[in-house]
Amino acid sequence: MAETMLAADGTPLKRSLARALRRQKLRALMLIAPLLIFVLITFIVPIASMLFRSIENEIVQNTLPYTVQELASWDAATGEVPDEPVFEAMYFDMFIAAEAKRHTRLGTRLNYEQTGLSSLFRQSGRKLDDLGKDIQKPLEKLNGDWKDGETWYAIFNGTPADTALLATQRARVAALTDNPTEGDVNFAPRADIVQLLPKTARAYTAWAVFEATQKDRDPATRDPWEALPVALATDLQTADLSTYSGPGADLLRAAQSADLPTPDFTTAFVDMDEDWATIIPWQTIQTHSSTYTGGYFLNAVDAQKTPEGIAWQPDDKQILLKLFGRTIWMSLLITFSCIALGYPVAWLLANLPMRKANMLLILVLLPFWTSLLVRTSAWKVMLQQQGVINDVLVWIGLVDDANRLIMINNQFGTIVAMTHILLPFMILPMYSVMQTIQPSYLRAAKSLGATNWTAFWRVYFPQSVPGIGAGSILVFILAIGYYITPEIVGGTKGVFISNRIAYHISSSLNWGLAAALGSILLAAVLVLYWAYDKIVGIDNVKLG
Amino acid sequence: MKLTKTLLATTALTVASGTAFADGHMASDMTLVSWGGAYQSSQQNAYVAPYIANNPGVSAVWDESSAEAVAKLRAMNEAGNVTWDVVDVVAADAIRLCDEGLALEIDADEQLAAAPDGTSASDDFGDLLVSDCFIPQIVYSTTFGYRTDLVGDTAPTSVCAVFDTDAYPGKRSLEKRPINNMEWALLCDGVAKEDVYDVLGTAEGQDQALAKLDTIKDDVIWWSAGADTPQLLADGEVIMGSTYNGRLFAAIEEQKQPIGMLWDAQVFDLDGWIIPTGLSPERQARALDFVKFATDTQRLADQAKYISYGPARLSSAPLVGKHESLGIDMAPHMPTDPENAKNTFLYNYEFWADYRDDIDAKFQAWLAK
Repeated sequence: MAETMLAADGTPLKRSLARALRRQKLRALMLIAPLLIFVLITFIVPIASMLFRSIENEIVQNTLPYTVQELASWDAATGEVPDEPVFEAMYFDMFIAAEAKRHTRLGTRLNYEQTGLSSLFRQSGRKLDDLGKDIQKPLEKLNGDWKDGETWYAIFNGTPADTALLATQRARVAALTDNPTEGDVNFAPRADIVQLLPKTARAYTAWAVFEATQKDRDPATRDPWEALPVALATDLQTADLSTYSGPGADLLRAAQSADLPTPDFTTAFVDMDEDWATIIPWQTIQTHSSTYTGGYFLNAVDAQKTPEGIAWQPDDKQILLKLFGRTIWMSLLITFSCIALGYPVAWLLANLPMRKANMLLILVLLPFWTSLLVRTSAWKVMLQQQGVINDVLVWIGLVDDANRLIMINNQFGTIVAMTHILLPFMILPMYSVMQTIQPSYLRAAKSLGATNWTAFWRVYFPQSVPGIGAGSILVFILAIGYYITPEIVGGTKGVFISNRIAYHISSSLNWGLAAALGSILLAAVLVLYWAYDKIVGIDNVKLG
Repeated sequence: MKLTKTLLATTALTVASGTAFADGHMASDMTLVSWGGAYQSSQQNAYVAPYIANNPGVSAVWDESSAEAVAKLRAMNEAGNVTWDVVDVVAADAIRLCDEGLALEIDADEQLAAAPDGTSASDDFGDLLVSDCFIPQIVYSTTFGYRTDLVGDTAPTSVCAVFDTDAYPGKRSLEKRPINNMEWALLCDGVAKEDVYDVLGTAEGQDQALAKLDTIKDDVIWWSAGADTPQLLADGEVIMGSTYNGRLFAAIEEQKQPIGMLWDAQVFDLDGWIIPTGLSPERQARALDFVKFATDTQRLADQAKYISYGPARLSSAPLVGKHESLGIDMAPHMPTDPENAKNTFLYNYEFWADYRDDIDAKFQAWLAK
């Protein structure tokens, strides 16, 4: 057995070496830590959180928790509208959502799937109080004490408390409002009343949590929402009050025997909007109620999630796949135009004497220092039908005045303008690689009998490939993400997928779809990068 | 690398979080968000300057982000740092911001100034209070301008001239979105004005509108910025095109271009303030104070001195005077002037809130065909 080698201090050499190396690595890591943390916080985390939106779909679950639960057992295939319990759950979910101003947000979300739900939710939210008033009034007429928040508080607050109910309602309100609900609520639902009046206790607890944590108001003195009398009337239909002797026992008994109007949730909803009497809104809620969804990704490839499974979008709405294809195809075209135009310029730059090369380099860089919008708009002036190029062509008689060339607001315009804008990104890496190519190689080739072409093609060009590779990757990746230039000069046929991403980010606010489109674009770039690595080899890329 | 560009998404977030880190928001600064250009300077002249004069402790900072206001406010709200105090948006965006809970609800009678004759704010603004969060400033319209020298002897008098390529050959410019274009197409395809939205709510109606637009598709240049059409008209690239009436006014009266106004079937829309939610109580109070001042009867009438958009208050209309530098009467250039408003359309907010995404997908697919 070989003896372990020991360091001077007696520890095994291997371990001591490892420790020294680790320390070195740690020091190196600490040196780059500021940059690493900066990149993480300002770049990776926002991108990751944005991409996460493409599958996140908590809003339905968070806004309508009990409705989603009740709807789970409903079968849309029967064609029948769900039963009363679903409407009931919907009423109480909607009520608190409307107080938190979250029902309209849900309406917007569901409107992406089913046109019309946006206004359905907005308008129903406004009319939600009607049912409450129908029951609140007779109840308060019966006994004025029902008007006072203190009366309600006395009935529902106390010990022994049902802490589980309080905890679930805290979690529910937190999920609904996106705000923490940990603070003191000065309320705990009494266990016996929770048993006796479960729906009212639940609604009251949710209300108390909401008031205390979101509005910073004391539930002990606030008058509760109109939904509370509705819940009470519902509970009182079945509650057995005979043995109850807690606070407000007489009040409750009087209310039970007073024959309050029975809340009819189905009718109430249909009165708000007839659409609730169809299965469409319910089906949409049910189909899109899962916490995570592939729906956005399906939408991003012109498909959709329907109650019957995955289906293509109708023909007249299919556009995104086409745009993906066009983006990739036109970006490739732009990359090749950049190579074709940039290569000779880079060669000149690398082979001219220093003074002239510097002048030329400034000319290459000049557009770089000009605003992107200015350069794009300049192309408009150049290319439009009454523009400079057409005017010149008409003046020299090459083109008839009545048939001026159409060179803008189409793919041609996009390719010209983007090639111009991206050209420096191609020239600069090519130039820096070409600078390192020894002229003596070419001379050697020629002295050995090669023609000019052979010397270039067999000797010079292969050495310049890493520059082409670096430039191509830069230009291609920049090109597929462009949207301002295609928007301005692309017309209808020259726009990219990024224009749709921009639309969904800033106009339709469908960030889930935008994130899905962005993820797909990112994946496409990575795949192409991988393919490039396989075919050309990423080691062959040099920026100089 | 530059992948950020592909993930526009992050821009909004980074902007919001960036400002969160570097919040140089001084207590006396009030950030107003508007559209830039002539419109923003009309606001500066008509109410911001007088407000600052009355409140020496306050200074105004402009941010020209109204076009992306909804997305940016949403990002700011998520980042928990709202840096804007008052935001100028079109009514449709105000409705969405209100829906998202990003804009403060306003009680018009409580929080806005009454008219000088005592009429309550809610009566003075009337139907223009299209959302609980929206404080209207101006009525503008999207309408057509045409090149007087290129349309031949008979100038167009009906919006349907846009679809009549025999009588008016040449290119037209239309906005690259379905809103307004679909309505005009149906109107010129024989649908009665009151039925337009009923028809447009059906798949057949949408197809009908697109089929009508199809007849001029090859003759259309699609614009996405309000400045495009005046420029295209000035260059002679198009013979007629839609844009905001104020832009056409500037091209005709200020730049003396050979352009005529076609007021037929102009589509009224509104622009106004919202106050973001999530402001500190002091900032919110100041924003409310500013908005109350900026939307009173005199201030709204003053704005019409600088730009040809109609004041949103009934009581402001009689006070509209002459243009500040041109000295011409502004009333005849207002979209609301009875002479101009013989045949008008009011942007249907509810309809488009519901159908916008659906019809836009169809419209874009049609465009790409």
